[in-house]
Amino acid sequence: MKARITVTLKNGVLDPQGKAIEHALSGLGFDGVGQVRQGKVFDIELTGTDKAKAEADLKAMCDKLLANTVIENYAVEVA
Amino acid sequence: MKSAVVLLPGLNRDRDMIAALTKISGQAPATVWQTDTEIPDVDLIAIPGGFSFGDYLRCGAIAARMPVMRAVAEKAAKGVPVIGVCNGFQILVEAGLLPGALMRNASLKFVCRQVKLEIANANTMFTRHYKPGQIIRSPVAHHDGNYFADAATLARLEGEGQVVFRYAEGTNPNGSINDIAGIVNDKGNVLGLMPHPENLIEAAHGGNDGRALFESALGLAA
Repeated sequence: MKARITVTLKNGVLDPQGKAIEHALSGLGFDGVGQVRQGKVFDIELTGTDKAKAEADLKAMCDKLLANTVIENYAVEVA
Repeated sequence: MKSAVVLLPGLNRDRDMIAALTKISGQAPATVWQTDTEIPDVDLIAIPGGFSFGDYLRCGAIAARMPVMRAVAEKAAKGVPVIGVCNGFQILVEAGLLPGALMRNASLKFVCRQVKLEIANANTMFTRHYKPGQIIRSPVAHHDGNYFADAATLARLEGEGQVVFRYAEGTNPNGSINDIAGIVNDKGNVLGLMPHPENLIEAAHGGNDGRALFESALGLAA
């Protein structure tokens, strides 16, 4: 099984990197770019076949390591 | 007075911390490695600065999950004073021993300079040799020192006097909320700060403004 975890900053948390990317995009001439927020993607291969267990494990991985839940949200997708 | 320094791959201020503790306490600190599960009985545990595990994932994130940090947490729960400087602060936050998070500097630049710090609370085991409101100098060198906490956590930190060091007006190098440079946990025995007091402890450093922090923590006379 393959899984993808997306980690994004929570609303209200200042994202200076997103701001810098936003400015760089408008500098390249891309008009109409509003707010940019940057985050992380993890592609994880799992050996098991139980989808429900995989989702529970992936959420635990996010809570324990992959995301800092003080400032970040995460989303788990299992293919 | 006995101390211990936590060693992790990628730290680079460990020798500075060991030198400072040796000079101030009169004996070399014990060193504990990332895989150690026990820390000897000491009066102070220090986690130095650097870039543990290359700052992979998030600064301090991997280090915070190493076995030695469970041992640090056990000692902290028993009331042993713990200081985390720079990456050490990031590790304590990632380990959940201190609240909040340390984010990329608002300028997006690595800052390496001297700043002024205000002693926001002189009534802690780490600052009792300073005066309330005293302004001291301290070097900073970091890319991710922008302290953040949600509104409720911030109100609690401010209300309970857990903000110990604040960047003096006009010297905030990283965009840290409320100019926070260092905080203690609710029990008051775990301190994290981004500045490097261990690099300003004797005349050869150009001043000794940081020395009183270690003397306070070790219970030595000022």
